[in-house]
Amino acid sequence: MPFREAFRLAFQTIWANKMKSAFSVIGVFIGVTFLIAVVSVVEGMNRYMTERFAGALLGVNTFQVRRFPDFNVGDVTDDTWREWVRRPRISQDDARALETAFSVPVTTAWETDAGADLEYRGNVAREINVIGATPGYFDIKGWRITQGRAFSHQEAETGRPVVVIGHEVAERLFEGADPLGREVRIQHIPYRVIGVVESQGTIFGLSLDKFAVAPALSPVKRFVTRPGYVDAVLVKAETAADVATAIIEAEAVLRSRRQLRPGEENNFVLETADAVLDFWGNINRVLMTALPGLVLISLVVGGIVIMNIMLMAVAERTREIGIRKSLGARRNDILRQFLVESGTLSTVGAGFGVGTGIVLAMVVQATTPLPASVAPWSVGVAILLGAGVGIGAGLYPASRAARLDPITAIRHET
Amino acid sequence: MGSDRAVIAVRGLTRAYPMGGETVHALRGVDLTIARNEYVAVMGPSGSGKSTLMNLIGCLDTPTSGEYWLSGVEVSRLGDDELARIRNEEIGFVFQTFNLLPRASALHNVELPLIYAGERAAERRARASRALERVGLGNRMDHRPNELSGGQRQRVAIARALVNEPSILLADEPTGNLDSATSEEILAVFDELHAAGQTIVLVTHEHEVAQRARREVTLRDGVIHSDTVREAA
Repeated sequence: MPFREAFRLAFQTIWANKMKSAFSVIGVFIGVTFLIAVVSVVEGMNRYMTERFAGALLGVNTFQVRRFPDFNVGDVTDDTWREWVRRPRISQDDARALETAFSVPVTTAWETDAGADLEYRGNVAREINVIGATPGYFDIKGWRITQGRAFSHQEAETGRPVVVIGHEVAERLFEGADPLGREVRIQHIPYRVIGVVESQGTIFGLSLDKFAVAPALSPVKRFVTRPGYVDAVLVKAETAADVATAIIEAEAVLRSRRQLRPGEENNFVLETADAVLDFWGNINRVLMTALPGLVLISLVVGGIVIMNIMLMAVAERTREIGIRKSLGARRNDILRQFLVESGTLSTVGAGFGVGTGIVLAMVVQATTPLPASVAPWSVGVAILLGAGVGIGAGLYPASRAARLDPITAIRHET
Repeated sequence: MGSDRAVIAVRGLTRAYPMGGETVHALRGVDLTIARNEYVAVMGPSGSGKSTLMNLIGCLDTPTSGEYWLSGVEVSRLGDDELARIRNEEIGFVFQTFNLLPRASALHNVELPLIYAGERAAERRARASRALERVGLGNRMDHRPNELSGGQRQRVAIARALVNEPSILLADEPTGNLDSATSEEILAVFDELHAAGQTIVLVTHEHEVAQRARREVTLRDGVIHSDTVREAA
């Protein structure tokens, strides 16, 4: 029997037993749905992490010099934590030394931050990330100032009480009025608003626009960190190669300032976006290791179900097999008929699973901050797995059908 | 004997089955020659071996010993797939219970042997339609078996048996499930086919049916008991 006939017959049989077919492929369906949904969410996260998260929070071609990691990768033991808090802070002198340490063109900025409320004539924006910084900060962050300007070097050095605010802070305090030139109070001290930063959107549902940046030496220095220190020095180079050079140079400068002997470990960290991506990579790896196991289990269960359904089908259709044999069907014709049937059945189930998985991924995308992006390879793998499980599960029933004796088969009463 | 005109030539055919530790000898040595365009009725009480003989002639089974030549080819030693090919090309079966596929239309049922012969779809359709028209069912091609009367179903089965132009038409109690009027119809079809040159072997236990044939072979206890040729009426 040619394949075309076998497929036609398979679809006919599946259609004639819609309910039974649906129940028999439920295992494959669930496995494939799960595969597509999880891979889609993980893929979406992947793209999000590399394109947005790392870029938005750390910046491209940027590294940070810190006392200890800002992004904690995996478990931090108590011992590690105790070692970290014993480390010396990054002083403003360290920061100034770093600014002049590089042989490659870089932009540098200080960063210190703390949460505080901003107030303007009775309007309060609560828990705003107040950042003490230097003028290079805006460039490193890639923030475009849509209204007004950033603060100047002179303003930074003299510690003028001026502030550049995030989009959401401006909305909250001024409710559409022009914020420029107004005086906002941060911890009761007035600051003049000189700029508003373009909206940065959200990450995992959290606003990236709840910040206010003032010169590090302005009165914010009283609460954002200990006097004379910074939380981090941010360094942005022009190319990835320059980043590598700059990291080596920053490390050398700080080690020599702190008189660390060769063999002694750094008592500071040089943090890049890679650290965050490594962290994500770990999560990703765990998910991708667990996924095949879970999918495999449901496919094996699905395969066993299909095998049983096909054995039942062979028993039910013993007489049909006998008739076909009496009319000249060879063993291979019968084998092919049942293999195509179970393969088609399972592939159709996998197809519905792919559809449902994509819908699930889209629902996750629409209702949660988690992004989802359907990976074409996962659709291919899902369909191939579906077909494979069907053919694998059909082998035993089909070979039983093919080996039936025509005389007994044709006399079989059903 | 053994002439070119012999479609079926059987020599010393035996068939034994193991059954519950014992061996049942269903056929104990049968010699039979059937020439082209013969119309033979095989008779005998149940247990006489006529079903076994019919299975062997129909290539559904292989003998324990002896030879079976079909259209000049020794088929008694062929394997499963070769027997399937012989059944497809040389033999047209008509069964007591019709044995049509219930979910398929009359046309598709008739097409089945052509599918296994590897015939192309358009050609298949044309030949199956012609076969159905020949048995008077040109207007029932799209009907399923459960939408047809008993006589019509048996006509579909006859069309299916003839579609590959087999050397022999092998009918096993073809009127066993039909009332006498319908039986008469079906036997009339057989008469026509015989008149047109078809070789027919008909297994039956009814004398009225057997009397339509030109030759009557009676089996008893696994051997041929009598073999008589009637004069043409």
